[in-house]
Amino acid sequence: MKLTGAEIVVASLRDEGVKHIFGYPGGAALHIYDALYKQDALQHVLVRHEQGATHAADGYARASGKPGVVLVTSGPGVTNAVTGIATAFMDSIPMVVLTAQVPTGLIGDDAFQEVDTVGITRPCVKHNFLVKRVEDLALTIKKAFFIASSGRPGPVVIDIPKDITAETTDYSYPETVDIRSYAPVCKGHPKQIARAVDLLLDSSRPCIYTGGGIIQGGAERELTSLVRTLGFPCTNTLMGLGGYPSSDPLFLGMLGMHGTYEANMAMYECDVMLAVGVRFDDRVTGDLKKFSPNSTIIHVDVDPSSIGKNVHVEVPIVGEAGPVLAAMLERIRSLKRDDKPVAISKWWEKIDHWRSYRSLDYDRQSEVIKPQYVIESLYKATKGEAYVASDVGQHQMWAAQYYGFDNTRRWINSGGLGTMGFGLPAAMGVQLAHPDSDVACVTGEASIIMCIQELSTCKQYDLPIKIINLNNRYMGMVRQWQEFFYDRRYSHSYMDALPDFVNLAESFGHSGVRVDAPGDVEPAIKEAFSQKDRLIFLDFITDQSENVYPMIASGAGHNEMHLKPSSSGEVPLERELA
Amino acid sequence: MRRIISLLVENEAGALSRIAGLFSARGYNIESLTVAPTEDETLSRMTIVTYGSDQIIEQITKQLNKLIDVVRLVDLTEGRHIERELMLLKVTAERDYREEIKRLSDIFRGRIVDVTDKTYTIEITGPVGKLDAFIEALGDADVIEVVRSGVSGIARGERALRL
Ligand SMILES: Cc1ncc(C[n+]2csc(CCOP(=O)(O)OP(=O)(O)O)c2C)c(N)n1
Repeated sequence: MKLTGAEIVVASLRDEGVKHIFGYPGGAALHIYDALYKQDALQHVLVRHEQGATHAADGYARASGKPGVVLVTSGPGVTNAVTGIATAFMDSIPMVVLTAQVPTGLIGDDAFQEVDTVGITRPCVKHNFLVKRVEDLALTIKKAFFIASSGRPGPVVIDIPKDITAETTDYSYPETVDIRSYAPVCKGHPKQIARAVDLLLDSSRPCIYTGGGIIQGGAERELTSLVRTLGFPCTNTLMGLGGYPSSDPLFLGMLGMHGTYEANMAMYECDVMLAVGVRFDDRVTGDLKKFSPNSTIIHVDVDPSSIGKNVHVEVPIVGEAGPVLAAMLERIRSLKRDDKPVAISKWWEKIDHWRSYRSLDYDRQSEVIKPQYVIESLYKATKGEAYVASDVGQHQMWAAQYYGFDNTRRWINSGGLGTMGFGLPAAMGVQLAHPDSDVACVTGEASIIMCIQELSTCKQYDLPIKIINLNNRYMGMVRQWQEFFYDRRYSHSYMDALPDFVNLAESFGHSGVRVDAPGDVEPAIKEAFSQKDRLIFLDFITDQSENVYPMIASGAGHNEMHLKPSSSGEVPLERELA
Repeated sequence: MRRIISLLVENEAGALSRIAGLFSARGYNIESLTVAPTEDETLSRMTIVTYGSDQIIEQITKQLNKLIDVVRLVDLTEGRHIERELMLLKVTAERDYREEIKRLSDIFRGRIVDVTDKTYTIEITGPVGKLDAFIEALGDADVIEVVRSGVSGIARGERALRL
């Protein structure tokens, strides 16, 4: 039987196993929308802005491990989606974005709602396609899913001209696909793995540093066994939180600009570094000239181009985190070397000394609500099992620091692009992927406004997200930098003319609660999570002057952290602990 | 260091812009880039001349390899290879200069492919250095126009870049 291009799109998605698609209609997409109307295999989620569609699909992918799917119309539909595509690209999130295009004959004519989608998205996709013949449609969709979700994952755009969606052809969805120019490496090279294991077993100050590659690669079990077998310290990047259980004594916390003192010092002083699924991002390394000066680096990554890009690597291992770590573990066991916990006890003494600085302490006696306390209370109320989607700013760092992630895929944030507005739509995708789980959106009063329209989507689809707004009346992260580096000139970082968030939430049909006393924080969060069937907007009026500590200023090294000034108020704001 | 990177690329509309875009987005240098179809109509062959530190060259080859459209890649400068460029050059050739230019062209194994009363058009091939030397040898002759094809390269011996 012959199907139209639009029907092929829908049938291909169905046969690919897609359940949810996030989108927004428009002229060039109408044939596809008509085909969606006539089926019920896929649920289409109508967002309120195309940026929301991409973030929702992204959140869905991060929480479920399955590629998120987006459908937008041509022109402004595409340009609105670009922020979300770039966000997914920077964090290597699998996503397939179907963009409608003006009819083939009009391409290049500056037609109504025409943009060069392939050109605009090229630098922020793993790959993109312009479909030129209806016969190519099903295979292109198959290829897109394969590319998006294999190797180092990423978003793939398929641009589909309107006339192609009207033409007909025979449909069959390919079962497999082979792309001659694309063959991601899975297993690491055995010789390199052996070298790495030798280095690790002979080290006296080892440090294991892991990132988003563990989450994307589903390698948390292999990582946990490796770390525990060796008894080595482990730190995670912002993207890697949950990859190693944060309540485990071998865990040093997050590293980098706002990482713990012990994690950064261990990175600085280690002699052998095992880096897995990371990319030595500038927020992690600080000044590269001062980065871990005495270590031999082993780097495992599925993407060869991220190895040796920023730092010199002694032992490069191209491969997926899971199989490579499993092979390392096997070799360690076969060598029967179990003297390690003893051999590095001196190293642990040093680490415990760094830990004794308690770099995440904050003032628990405060009369105003401390944002850190809100996150700790959120952890308590949800027993550490909630999915936490975050926006971007101070609140994001506090969520990362104080919500101890013990499981993978629970921490959903825009690490690479740092996109304000990500939190709420991402939380929608998470909630759709896990309808029975607790989902929190930790946000700030500036970030939440950027995609606030999605409250309407949450209403339409009954998404009972709990919004944790850390309302400090400032773009806090901007204010913090202005306090530290611009002599307290708070240029345009004060949030004036804010809405009444309780009323705002209620006008969208949700509930809102304003909390301004520390004693009310825990009960409010508990109460909110007991209401399983509704979205609750919790507006916490928090300490305006709170800063994120510890901090490595740009251009500094891991051994040059600023710890929190003591609460006596007599010490200078920043204390150097070089 | 100067490198000649040879690629087999899917013969798709977007392939060239992906490669050019990669070089501009990441700030890599391009000295020349040539592209033409091959005997296999699904593939194009591209030759890129670039320069940079070893670390940058390594990144360039890795980033190129990462592009889905790139099927095969080889850094020709890693082994023995042949490098050729074609140049067409139009020069004023009057009175005394007429003989002089013809002689120079012969020395460099150029061929005069078009003639008017006042001009010669010369075709010459060779490695980049030879073409540069020819222009230099023309000295104060009046060069009207120069067109260079960019470099093509191939490995010496039995090594080959193919599927
Ligand atoms: C789309 C976008 N624009 C600007 C920025 C720069 N930026 C980073 S954090 C921040 C302030 C965020 O304020 P808020 O959401 O209130 O969070 P807080 O830092 O106060 O917790 C800004 C403006 C960004 N990350 N994203």
